[in-house]
Amino acid sequence: MHMAISQFNYIEEKFEALQTAHPNVLLNEVRQKGFQTYQTAGVPSCKNEEWRYTPVNNLFKQAFLFSDNKAAINAAFVDSVRLPESATANELVFVNGLYQPSLSTIRSANDEIVVLCMEAASADARFADILKAHLGKSSLYVQDGVHALNTSFINGGVFVYIPKNTQATLPLYVYQIADTVHHPVLAQPRSLIYLAESASLQLVEHYATSGNSDSFTNEIMEVVVAGNSVFEYYKVQNDDASANQVNTTHIRQIGKSYVHTVVITLSGGMIRNNTNIIMETPGNEAHMYGLYLLKGNTHADNHTLVDNREPHCFSNELYKGIMDDAATGVFSGKIYVRPHAQKTNAYQSNKNILLSEKATVNTKPQLEIFADDVKCSHGCTVGRLDEEALFYLRSRGIDAAQAKAMLLQAFANDVVEKIKIDSLRQHIETLIANRLSLQTN
Amino acid sequence: MLSIQNIHAAVEGKEILKGINLDIQPGEVHAIMGPNGSGKSTLASVLAGREEYEVTEGSITFLGKDMLELSPEERSREGLFLAFQYPVEIPGVSTTNFIKTALNEKRKYHGLAPLDAVSFLKLMKEKMQLVEIDKALLTRSVNEGFSGGEKKKNEIFQMAMLEPKLTILDETDSGLDIDALRIVASGVNKLRNKNNAIIVITHYQRLLDYLQPDFVHVLYNGRIVKSGTKELALTLEDQGYDYIKEAFGATTI
Amino acid sequence: MKEEMEVLEQTIGSEYKYGFVTDIETETVPKGINESIVRLISKKKNEPEWMLNWRLKAFAHWLKMEEPKWPNVKYPPINFQDIIYYAAPKKKKALNGLDEVDPELLKTFEKLGISISEQKRLTGVAVDVVMDSVSVATSFKKQLAEVGIIFCSMSEAIQNHPELVQKYIGSVVPMTDNYFAALNSAVFTDGSFCYIPKGVRCPMELSTYFRINTENSGQFERTLIVAEEESYVSYLEGCTAPKRDENQLHAAVVELVAHRKAEIKYSTVQNWYPGDANGAGGIYNFVTKRGICLGEYAKISWSQVETGSAITWKYPSVILKGDYSVGEFYSVALTNHLQQADTGTKMIHLGKNTRSRIVSKGISAGKSQNSYRGLVRTGKNAINARNFSQCDSLLLGNQCGAHTFPYIEAAHPSAIIEHEATTSKIGEDQLFYCRQRGIDTEAAVALIVTGFAKEVMNQLPMEFAVEAQKLLAISLEGSVG
Repeated sequence: MHMAISQFNYIEEKFEALQTAHPNVLLNEVRQKGFQTYQTAGVPSCKNEEWRYTPVNNLFKQAFLFSDNKAAINAAFVDSVRLPESATANELVFVNGLYQPSLSTIRSANDEIVVLCMEAASADARFADILKAHLGKSSLYVQDGVHALNTSFINGGVFVYIPKNTQATLPLYVYQIADTVHHPVLAQPRSLIYLAESASLQLVEHYATSGNSDSFTNEIMEVVVAGNSVFEYYKVQNDDASANQVNTTHIRQIGKSYVHTVVITLSGGMIRNNTNIIMETPGNEAHMYGLYLLKGNTHADNHTLVDNREPHCFSNELYKGIMDDAATGVFSGKIYVRPHAQKTNAYQSNKNILLSEKATVNTKPQLEIFADDVKCSHGCTVGRLDEEALFYLRSRGIDAAQAKAMLLQAFANDVVEKIKIDSLRQHIETLIANRLSLQTN
Repeated sequence: MLSIQNIHAAVEGKEILKGINLDIQPGEVHAIMGPNGSGKSTLASVLAGREEYEVTEGSITFLGKDMLELSPEERSREGLFLAFQYPVEIPGVSTTNFIKTALNEKRKYHGLAPLDAVSFLKLMKEKMQLVEIDKALLTRSVNEGFSGGEKKKNEIFQMAMLEPKLTILDETDSGLDIDALRIVASGVNKLRNKNNAIIVITHYQRLLDYLQPDFVHVLYNGRIVKSGTKELALTLEDQGYDYIKEAFGATTI
Repeated sequence: MKEEMEVLEQTIGSEYKYGFVTDIETETVPKGINESIVRLISKKKNEPEWMLNWRLKAFAHWLKMEEPKWPNVKYPPINFQDIIYYAAPKKKKALNGLDEVDPELLKTFEKLGISISEQKRLTGVAVDVVMDSVSVATSFKKQLAEVGIIFCSMSEAIQNHPELVQKYIGSVVPMTDNYFAALNSAVFTDGSFCYIPKGVRCPMELSTYFRINTENSGQFERTLIVAEEESYVSYLEGCTAPKRDENQLHAAVVELVAHRKAEIKYSTVQNWYPGDANGAGGIYNFVTKRGICLGEYAKISWSQVETGSAITWKYPSVILKGDYSVGEFYSVALTNHLQQADTGTKMIHLGKNTRSRIVSKGISAGKSQNSYRGLVRTGKNAINARNFSQCDSLLLGNQCGAHTFPYIEAAHPSAIIEHEATTSKIGEDQLFYCRQRGIDTEAAVALIVTGFAKEVMNQLPMEFAVEAQKLLAISLEGSVG
């Protein structure tokens, strides 16, 4: 049988092979740094505070293999995972962590969006400096071995550039597909998204699996948002129980800008999402939403960070969870206010409902505040459905199951309604209605 | 009692008062009117000593003392009372305790022993009747969860307790229904005497109907552009501030 | 109406006034820790074999442990070999009564405002006084004994009530619980023991006053309170230490056991020397406090006002094992200058229909760092568990920090847990409003802070509330620029 990926030689050999087979001055250096961190930090256990509730080290005991890029995903399979209204979207397809230009479609004009392989971008005079300045900055915040492992293997990733003064008219759909037909797969997608000044972008990431073996997707997406730009990010996780992921979306606001994120987790294996928003200039605004509606044995862990480095920033965060069966929800949110970041307004709320005796939720909302002239608050609840409301609905002739479904849908909707792409929102609403067996008229 | 001479004041470098002159004698009621942004509330803040307001020129003498040399609390203890336009909430601090503290600080300043609990309660009872304030309010935290009317009544109640020599009512009429306005105004009238003076800052005539000011000043663009008797207020009510703006707008810089 | 301001008026302007040293002959053991020191302490206290063995086991375990790194506090490494683990005021013979207590000691405690002579008693408060390593006096023993209450020093309890001590010691905080608890288990020197028999409502407040006097000594006391079925006790704890430039270690363990329908109310006013304005000296306060509600309807309530210590690291906790049991935690933690506090609570819900409530008010001033860290856990069988937590932080000045780290772990669908936290600075508008009414800035800050902390202050017994308010005002001194 295959060996566990944490067997040191396997990763070391793969790393050496990559560095020699795909030499690239810039990438080699970033990868080298990542590999050093991986070697020193190692794979975190539950003793690591950031991984207290998510035993990611268990994944490293499994026999995942690096993909050889010979995966046989065809256009028909891509069709089966397409999001609604994809005909009016730009679509990027990744298979086992590697960008597949042949399966991808850019429908916008050339001057509205630039999509390049990371390797090509690093050699492109227009973008080399951007890559140099911004690729790998997430490592300053996420310093564990899992994150470093992705950085060690930056290869076949993608660079997306939205030029100055471009209001990207089409949303960008990114499909992350794991092909596990032949063996369990470790996929490590990597991307850098750059919004130049006064640009806008709606980005949707969607995950799917082909095959029955387990997968471990260890993804990093770095987003850089320049002044006067608007970035919307949507993540939809509705994958097989065999699909595990650690997923970092690291968004830096390097000019006064607006960021809006919605993360929807409906099913999967062990899932960890790090959603970080770093406010590097004064006056930034960010809204973060999340819904984890879990069943079976799905374990979903949402870690969020808002780092207020400069004054006058605003952030609002709402994450909601519904856990059924033996599912586990984890939320850990941190609002960090640096000494210099006066007049910060930051709010965070996390609400959870447990539906089953085997379900669990662990939540840890945190405030770390070093400036005095701030208004920050967080609230967190764990509870059950409102019995009064349930009774009220039943007294109007709605049966108990329907009444429960309606209330859960209403609970979830506070997050779902924040999706600003209509077709996507409707799609999620349908998924949720089906999940809850809600009768729709 | 109060003499304001050529006061210029700025906030964050922006000049708002551009040379105010005003003399107030004991027993007088002065109304200061003017459109939004004319500097009315700035004048109140400067008199009370808010630190964000920088006095760049001029002088203020209050009861023979250089008022600009005094801290806000010293001005208060000397007998200046500002009824705030927006009284703040102070959670966990009972109104009674707050007023008692203020009163005893003032007594200490004037070399008097603090009031004992019995005398204090007696005084409170007396003043409560004067301004028709509900006793229950006084056991609650300062202004916390008070309605707009209750907050303003509480201001007048504090005025009654502290017996100031000069009171500034900063838009005390704003946000009050007719009954609350009547109660507040009659409270103020009961507190008037020949030894104290009142500055009424307002936008409208209606409070002045009750208070009957001796003088009315129109503040516009940081200056008093017109002074007169209470008839001036009626003219303003009649013609609106546009007439002031037309008459003085062009001449101001 | 409490006379909050009168209290403040009297006290603003004074600094740490408990910083004096008592010149009294002291018996100490050599510096450092090793097995023979542990044996020596046990021998000095003439302990039975089982107690010595328990200590040795704890010591062996401690050697294998590492100092915890997770608290949000920073301090240079502690040299555990540089501490004196036993220091006791010398006494010539066993005391028969308070009359025989060294007059120098009595004076010390008079100075601290703690009267141990029964003639000048605090109304209805029985006091056990612990100086450095040993209990020096316990008042009202006789009156308490009449209703069957045992209130004595831990040393006496080991001699006179070994069966009770053996049954309960380490039952709530096992010797292996954490680094400092293990150290305490090995070297604890004294503390208070309190036993309330079934159905007895303790007729007075019980109180222990802790004082560190000797230089370079650590204080490792251990307190054990057992409340039998349907009994009630309210217990107060106060502490001070002289001003010294070196840091001193205080690593105490407190264990509370509440049986069916028993109630224990434990209040602390912690005023260990916090160090000076530049951060020199001060007590390292690493304390493990935990109670267990063993039976149905038992209730344990912790109230604390923490103003002292250079570093505070403590999480008074309640294990809610009995069905319908109740845990409460009310805390005011004020840090000024370079103080650091990482404090909070744990509420572990195991039984059905258990309830807990957490109210934490943190005030940070100067260059201090103040963290709330709390855990609410509802177990698989904790049907209908309820928790409500409110954690508010107030910042005075722009060089301090306020941090909130709540952990919520829910494993039953019937649990209802609510946590709210806010952080804000003292309002400029509030300050100006007070000043316009003639209240100067320092008094206004004290007034606003007292108001902010009111919900917790209201939980304290009357005598303590007054002292606590004084402390808040004193500790805030110099925090307003």
